Order: sequence, then structure tokens, then C-alpha cells
Amino acid sequence: MKGGIVRGLQSIGDGALKIVERIGAVVLFLGQILMHSGAILRRFPLVIREMYFAGVQSLIIILVSGLFVGMVLGLQGFETLQSYGSSESVGVLVALSLMRELGPVVSALLFASRAGSAMTAEIGLMKATEQLSAMEMMAVNPLARVVAPRFWAGVLSLPLLAALFGAMGIMGGFFVTVVMLGVDSGAFWSQMQAAVDFHHDVVNGMIKSLVFGVAVSAIATYEGYEAPPTAEGVSGATTRTVVSSSLAILALDLLLTAFMMKGWN
Amino acid sequence: MNDYVVIRDLNFGYSERPVLKGINLTVHKGGLVAIMGLSGCGKTTLLRLMGGQLQARHGSVCVAGQELNHMTESQLYALRRRVGMLFQFGALFTDLSVFDNVAFQMREHTDLSESMIRDLTLMKLNAVGLRGVQGLMPAELSGGMARRVALARATALDPDLILYDEPFTGLDPISLGVIGRLIRELNDALGATSVLVTHDVQESMKIVDYIYFVSDGVIVAQGTPDEIRASPLPFVHQFVWGEADGPLPFHYPGVALVEDFGLMVSS
Ligand SMILES: Nc1ncnc2c1ncn2[C@@H]1O[C@H](COP(=O)(O)OP(=O)(O)OP(=O)(O)O)[C@@H](O)[C@H]1O
Ligand SMILES: [Mg+2]
Repeated sequence: MKGGIVRGLQSIGDGALKIVERIGAVVLFLGQILMHSGAILRRFPLVIREMYFAGVQSLIIILVSGLFVGMVLGLQGFETLQSYGSSESVGVLVALSLMRELGPVVSALLFASRAGSAMTAEIGLMKATEQLSAMEMMAVNPLARVVAPRFWAGVLSLPLLAALFGAMGIMGGFFVTVVMLGVDSGAFWSQMQAAVDFHHDVVNGMIKSLVFGVAVSAIATYEGYEAPPTAEGVSGATTRTVVSSSLAILALDLLLTAFMMKGWN
Repeated sequence: MNDYVVIRDLNFGYSERPVLKGINLTVHKGGLVAIMGLSGCGKTTLLRLMGGQLQARHGSVCVAGQELNHMTESQLYALRRRVGMLFQFGALFTDLSVFDNVAFQMREHTDLSESMIRDLTLMKLNAVGLRGVQGLMPAELSGGMARRVALARATALDPDLILYDEPFTGLDPISLGVIGRLIRELNDALGATSVLVTHDVQESMKIVDYIYFVSDGVIVAQGTPDEIRASPLPFVHQFVWGEADGPLPFHYPGVALVEDFGLMVSS
């Protein structure tokens, strides 16, 4: 009995230590990426190419999800606000939810599972087939040539995707509430414009998705780069990328939201 | 400074089990040296140590007069610009075409114009007989073709030291002869030094200057091709003539056969 409790505590502590260790390893890896990003401007065509793979290919899923999320927000908001007799404010609700929270968070989650996992698998396979060793032997550092362009492509793509997600969401909300439920179009837009603050809502949302972009790209490239060079190794790494990125996004969101609250200081 | 690669008392193991246990070998500048040994005896490992991809446990590896164990990363990268390596499984970049694979180092390390790069790349591909596949992706090549492209890539910048890991496997007899002569010509024309890991005894005997035999982590025999052919040592004889019976075991050391198969030995 007592042994069981001790073992239970041990495994909790062990798990916690492993998590801290992984976070540390990813942060160190991020440092290495930054150190090897010196020539990234010279390699900008590579970044563009990776942005195509990571960004453009996530585009459809981001746009469609944005539309659906916006429509659901419109429906839910309309129902709730109607009971207070202020259904014209539904535009405000849709826009603020999307700008502050759902746009950055959901697009980051989608990006992690669509593009992050692909990044991990690609780098992991390059390692398993000795392409990274071959590159080292050709005196080209894989961190600079393979990892850094993918990392920066992820960091640059995510805010753009989040912005598109938000725009699609607002259109979805507009469609459901104004076109289908008969909310006044003028009130929908004017209340939204009056309530959304550029700095506090739009810029903060962008900052969030930039941070998520750094986290997801660092985790995805780290997992690929450190994956055991076998088929199971790479598939395990891909799963870990999705799980750890999702947790990291949600945890960072809590932190960032707390920092961005108005009127705390 | 006549010795380009000097290895002294080199010890290495991946885990507890040692793979190399005190290797001594020397490659003269301009020499073409073969390393032979049974599968799994550590030949690839030895090449990786020469390229600085692995660190010796103890002992020293000197390339071009520089001790690899004491190098910083940037010194190592500077040295590697003068080293070409052919990987055992090709290791072509799967996201680049054949042409871009061969042109890779020229683009990374030189300021050559794109038309120069094109001419040089096509020359390298022509030397391995594959100018016609320049537009294909590595996944569209056969194993032997991929190996030849990798050979063109390894020699793209005319390196001073070329490390070949089994360049002959998977080649038909015609390509085999051509590639063998190409390796010799590259060595002589560029004034390069080459180390060739191979199982193909007959083919490599035709082109190399000197041969080292590795077994059980040490050099067990060495000599010029003529000396090796005439060697009275039984395992050299066995290896050169490909006989199954002899002092070299075909099986990797393991538990006794009876244990693995669960046989009872009745006496
Ligand atoms: N990455 C690794 N991790 C652990 N052990 C390894 C690793 N690579 C090779 N080994 C072990 O080291 C030994 C030597 O391997 P190496 O690849 O150098 O052999 P080799 O002589 O090149 O064989 P082959 O002729 O089949 O290519 C083998 O016994 C192998 O089990
Ligand atoms: Mg080998």
C-alpha cells in the first residue's frame, strides 16, 4: 500500500521532471535555430518555399474552419443576446471572440496538426535517410539550411493564417446573423467597429499567434531533428509534435491572456 | 606532410560494446586506399570518424595535418569543404532534383554564376553517365543510379579527400568497371586522396594502391594488391577468394545455435 503511494508519487515527479526537461530542450534548440538564422535573408527563397508548404497547404482547412466557427459563434451569440434584447451586438461578440481568442488559438491548433506534424515527419525522415549527415559532410549546417527556413516559415505563416481565420469567421457570423436571422446589417458593423480596439484586440491577437507560431515551429522542428532515425521514431515524434504543441498553445494562451488584460496595473 | 590521413590507436564504440579497438592506418597524399572487412566490422564507422561525424573514444584521427578530436565546429566545417563523402545508401536530398543535388555545394559554397554551375554540374553527371536524368527526382532513380548521382555530388567541388562507402554495390558489371576507373581517374586528375570501403575485392584490387583488412576492431592485414593476392594468411585468402569455410565467421557472434532454436543435445 505504502509502496504503491510512493511509486505513484515517484511517477508523478518523474513525469513532471520529463516535461520540464523537454521544455528546456526545446528552448535550447530555439536558441540554436536563432544562432543559425544569420544567413536567413540570403536563404529567403527557401523560406518562401516552406511558407508555401506550411502555409498555403493549411489554407483550405483554416478558411473552412474559420467560416464554421464564425457561424456557430453567430448562432450562439444571437440566441443569448436576444434574451437581453440586444441581438445587434452579436457582431461585437463574434469579432472579439475571434480576434482575441479563437482566431489565434484554433488556427494554431490546426496549424500544429496540419503543418507542424508534416514538418516533424519531413525533418525526421531526412535524418533517418542520412540526408542531414550528408549535408553536414558537405559543410552545410542542417540547422541553417533545413531547420531555420522551416522555422521562420512557420513563424511568418501563422499570424497570416490567423488573420484569415478571423476574417472568414466574421463573414460566417455575418452570414448567419444578418443574412439568415435578420439582424440589422448597419448595427452589426457599426457596433463591431466601435467595440473592437486596434491595439488591444487586433494587435494582441497577432502577438498571440506570433508566439504560438514560434512555439509550434520550434517544437515541430525539434521533434523532427531529435527523432530516433527509424520509422517508429519518426511516427512517435509526429504524434509528440501535435500533443506538445497543443498543450503549449493552450498554456501560452492562458499566460498571454493574463498579461494582456486591461486594467490590471 | 606526405601523409594525408593518419589514424593512431583509434578506439570507438556506439554503446558499451567496442566496435574499433586500436586502429592504425595511414593514407599518403594522392593515395587510393581500400578498407575491407566483413559486414558489420565497422568500416562505415571508420569513415564517419575520418569525416569528424563521430568522436574517437581515444586515439587520434588526423586529416590534412589537423587533429579532428580537438577541433571546434567551425574548424570542422572548414575542413569538410575539402572532403567529399559518398554515403553507403546514397543519402540524396529527396526534395531536390538530381541536378540540384549535384549543384548543391556549388550554390552553397561558391559564387559561381548559374550558367557556370550548370556546365560544371552537367560535366559531373556526364562522368557518371547520368546527364540524361538531370531533371528526375531521387525517388525516380534505381538504387545503382542513385549511387552514381551521389558519387557525382560527392566530387562536385573537386575535394582533396574523397571517402567512398561501398561505391560498387548495386552496379551492373559495365557501370562497375566504369565507376572503378572513374574513382582512379578522379584520384589522379584532381590529385586527391581517396579512401574506399568495399566488399568488391576483385574490382578494387584493380584500382587501389594499398589495402587494409579490418577484423574484430583491428587491422589484421595490409599490403599492396599484389602482396594481398600472394598473402599466405588464411583469412586473407578466404576473403579474397570468397570462401565460406575458413577462420572468418559468417555469423555475427551470438548465443549458441542450440539455445536460439531450443534444440536438445542428446549425448
Ligand atoms: N548508430 C549506431 N548505433 C549503434 N550501433 C551501431 C550504429 N551504427 C553501427 N552500429 C554497430 O557498429 C558496428 C559497425 O557498423 P558499421 O556500419 O560501421 O559496419 P560496416 O563495416 O560498415 O558494415 P557493412 O559492410 O554491412 O556496411 C555494427 O556491429 C553495428 O551493429
Ligand atoms: Mg557500412
